[in-house]
Amino acid sequence: MAIVVKRPKLKWWEHLYIPAIISGMRVTLGHFFQIVSRKKKVTMQYPEEKWDAHLPEHYRGAPALVTDEQGRERCVACQLCEFICPPRAIAIRPEEIPSDDKWAKVEKRPKKFDIDMVRCIYCGMCEEVCPEQAIFLRKDYAITGTSRDEMVHDKDRLYEIGGVRTGLVNKWNDLK
Amino acid sequence: MSDLVDVQINGEWHQFPKGTRMIEACREVGAEVPNYCYHPKLTSPGNCRMCLVQMGMPPRPAPGAEPAQPDEDGHVPISWMPRPVIACANTVAPNMGIRTQGELTEKVREGVMELMLANHPLDCPICDQAGECHLQEYSVEHGKGEGRFREQKVKKPKNVDVGPRIRLDDERCIMCSRCIRFMDEVADDPVLGFTDRGSHTTLAVYPGRELDSNYSLNTADLCPVGALTSNDFRFQMRVWFMKETNTIDTNCGTGANITVYARQGEIFRIKPRQNNAVNSDWMPDSHRLSFHWINDEETRLTSALAKDENGNHQVVSNENAYAIAASKLSKFKGHEIAIIASARMTNEELFMVKRLAKHLKAKIVETVPRTGEADGYLISEDRNPNTLGVKTVLGLDEPGSQLESIKDDIKQGQIHALIALQEDLITDAGFTDDDLAGLDVLISSYPSANPTAERSDVVLPGGCWAEKSGTMLNIQGRLQRLNKVMDGPGTTEEPWEVVRNLQQALGGGNGIHSHMEIFKQLAEKVPAFSGVKFQDIGDLGIPLIETGETLPLLEREKERVAQGLIVG
Repeated sequence: MAIVVKRPKLKWWEHLYIPAIISGMRVTLGHFFQIVSRKKKVTMQYPEEKWDAHLPEHYRGAPALVTDEQGRERCVACQLCEFICPPRAIAIRPEEIPSDDKWAKVEKRPKKFDIDMVRCIYCGMCEEVCPEQAIFLRKDYAITGTSRDEMVHDKDRLYEIGGVRTGLVNKWNDLK
Repeated sequence: MSDLVDVQINGEWHQFPKGTRMIEACREVGAEVPNYCYHPKLTSPGNCRMCLVQMGMPPRPAPGAEPAQPDEDGHVPISWMPRPVIACANTVAPNMGIRTQGELTEKVREGVMELMLANHPLDCPICDQAGECHLQEYSVEHGKGEGRFREQKVKKPKNVDVGPRIRLDDERCIMCSRCIRFMDEVADDPVLGFTDRGSHTTLAVYPGRELDSNYSLNTADLCPVGALTSNDFRFQMRVWFMKETNTIDTNCGTGANITVYARQGEIFRIKPRQNNAVNSDWMPDSHRLSFHWINDEETRLTSALAKDENGNHQVVSNENAYAIAASKLSKFKGHEIAIIASARMTNEELFMVKRLAKHLKAKIVETVPRTGEADGYLISEDRNPNTLGVKTVLGLDEPGSQLESIKDDIKQGQIHALIALQEDLITDAGFTDDDLAGLDVLISSYPSANPTAERSDVVLPGGCWAEKSGTMLNIQGRLQRLNKVMDGPGTTEEPWEVVRNLQQALGGGNGIHSHMEIFKQLAEKVPAFSGVKFQDIGDLGIPLIETGETLPLLEREKERVAQGLIVG
């Protein structure tokens, strides 16, 4: 449904825009003089300085796979993230866990799990859809590489980024 | 029509033949009844209770009371029964009423679903059946969002090796007994059965036996849940990613109707497709699992090859390959050239071969016969899918009878050039190196690397059965469509394109751009096909030639239908 936005009725001095310009310039010049007189610092010297500490709790960085406290890979290769992924960045090939494995009862794990970080749009749908709480968007944002192949995160790289998640995962609040 | 009875389904009156199952009557009028154990090709034990519907009959008058009077349409008002009945094992009766909707039906469905899910594990992310699971589907439609069952679920054997091709997960089993009935009634190898009682009922194999019938994988198709899964397809790909293509099996003359599941140029599994005139609902495991070589990137031929001066194969473009082949062939007269085609080729391809032979004035056109033992079910003695097509289109009375004379002619220097299409002469046709050594030119086309290709002067890349479209004639004389599942690897072309391009390089040929155009010409030129339109063939094929051949499994099914055991 279309929303009708009401235009505010401006007073005659507001139509001149001069008061608005003056109040805007006051803020800008205030910053300017504070910086010139070295009272305030607003530029961050990236990449020597990182803004990691300022990242909000809900920040969405590179998606990664996690293991639990017993070292079990949480992903069971259900391929729902592959299905939901809007830019089709994820490619999974499942395999059966061999019967002599400690976690043979889980039956299934990914043989291949590739996320193409050139394609990834950091939307977080993979994390949202995961029924096993196995994939999470971490705070890694500087994903770089010198070739397209390097930009594809394979299973090992994803577990390296993801690390271990302990406890029952409460994925909406405590985890990021 | 006295054998029709009036039945009211959800308030509408319909007519059905006497003896129609209630569930089939409902399906016919679009009132789907959920079911697990019922299968039209198997007997109905009525043990899942999912198909419970409300049923009503004309009221029985009390002693001394007047019977109810029919209205102007001849229908008596229905008196509804207080308890539901199963729709799968009951047949329709005159003036019967069925309600597949309404409070009673919906409540019993919810109840049955809740009981089924009480012991069912919630491992859908792992289970292969997810996406085509009846339990998932019906629990969305009729189930509750949450379980009320607070007790421990019953533990049963998981990951049981019941046979060489089948894995059993007893916890997922909902005891529909479809697999048991299939092995007993269709495969005649009753190795499956239930042990224990109540909620501990477990599907098991008879001690000391295993589920090793050549039809065992049909039980995995039948299984409405993920209890029986195919070892071959297990954990390979989610079903919703795969593209389904309806085509036919090319492993024998039966031409079983199949659906091929492929994703991104890779075949993952093959399932039988229902065709009551050919393969019913089933197919043999040996044919189902024979597709893996198609995915093998190592052995597939992906480009045209031609021998250089030193006799080494070099990759050449398709255009160059046809040009080289044509220039080599043009040195010989027609009677010095023989063509060996294949009974694995479609009618369209064979027609193109005939055209090529006419253009070259080739002396001999022959195909390679393949035979095996018939299994008394669906596998026919003839292991070529289109022998009848060879007889009809190429006009060979006895395919394979001239192979020996071709060998002799090569030895005696009468045949100098040989074109082998879709056949590996050394492995399949009994040719030896010596036989081929007498040739000046050998041109071959085959989907994968083979000894004949190694000795060929020019190798043309021709796709396999999954990479081409056309029609074939099975042993019953039924014309069926073969549909392209995916493009071939590299510069592979469909075999009819290979033949067309070769003929065009030889300076003859017109613009044929699709297999359907060839079929049009086929219908004009070959009497057996006259009047047939490609679009008339459809998914299930049409009977074209009377051969008198029957399929044993189908005959037995007809008997069971006649006995009223199954719906068919």
